[in-house]
Amino acid sequence: MASVPQLQRQFIEYTTSLHNEGYLDDQFSQLQKLQDESNPDFVVEVVSLYFEDSEKLLNNLATALQQKSVDYKQVDSHVHQFKGSSSSIGAQRVASVCVHFRNFCEEKNLEGCLRCLQQVKQEYILVRNKLEALFGLEQQILQAGGSIPMME
Amino acid sequence: MDSSTKVGMKEEEERPHVLVVDDSLVDRKIMERLFTNSACKVTTAENGQKALELLGQGEDKHNNINHQGLKINLVVTDYCMPGMTGYDLLKKVKESCDIKEIPVIIVSSENVPTRIEKCLKEGAQEFILKPLKQSDVKKLRCQMQFTQPMKGRLCMGR
Repeated sequence: MASVPQLQRQFIEYTTSLHNEGYLDDQFSQLQKLQDESNPDFVVEVVSLYFEDSEKLLNNLATALQQKSVDYKQVDSHVHQFKGSSSSIGAQRVASVCVHFRNFCEEKNLEGCLRCLQQVKQEYILVRNKLEALFGLEQQILQAGGSIPMME
Repeated sequence: MDSSTKVGMKEEEERPHVLVVDDSLVDRKIMERLFTNSACKVTTAENGQKALELLGQGEDKHNNINHQGLKINLVVTDYCMPGMTGYDLLKKVKESCDIKEIPVIIVSSENVPTRIEKCLKEGAQEFILKPLKQSDVKKLRCQMQFTQPMKGRLCMGR
């Protein structure tokens, strides 16, 4: 059973690596700073909304790209939304793929769009797993009676 | 009040009331927290139509008992929204007799100079790039202290 200091160190190391590997950017840190005693679940709440939103968007994208006559404006609109929400929570890699995705939409390049859809889905699943792992660590720390370290 | 009274001196004075308009639930939640964290009261709306209703400018404004709308000190609206864009909303606010004095901030994830120009020309107080940071909101909060209308005084703009 890991001790609180060990868990806290794990948390710091994990958060740092997520930033270093580009999964999360400064915007995520901004969100963490908005969490306090009166809003203890702020980050989890926002990220949960992001997960719900993203899953809907991914479904909408898949459907839109399966149409006989693809409405690229509609596809672009979904990607724009996805890029926006991803940027808002600091999911940098997801947002980056969205940029490429939008370019393919503008070119009405179906193959490019389909590739990007796969990519963006992969990046989303990756960041979702990592965030869930991070939240899991937080829970462990709290349950062990410790507090979540503030990341600078 | 004498002319040397500083704005915002009264601690018990109501916090400034910000209306946040954005079709993204994630962004509404984040902006709400950013502004609450800067000692503002926040109401959110998911589209321009709802925002106008809250401002007392809804279609039934003459029937609405609360036709005055909420007392809003600042509107912060996303630019890209389906239906009524942030720009459309800005126009409606600035065209209305009752609420044209309310400062409107446009936020957007896209840095498009023509878009920025268009909004500023239409009377937006500022155009800020998303995602908003705490520092952006702190700055706005400071500015709000000087643009809060007071009875019998001129509204000092920036």
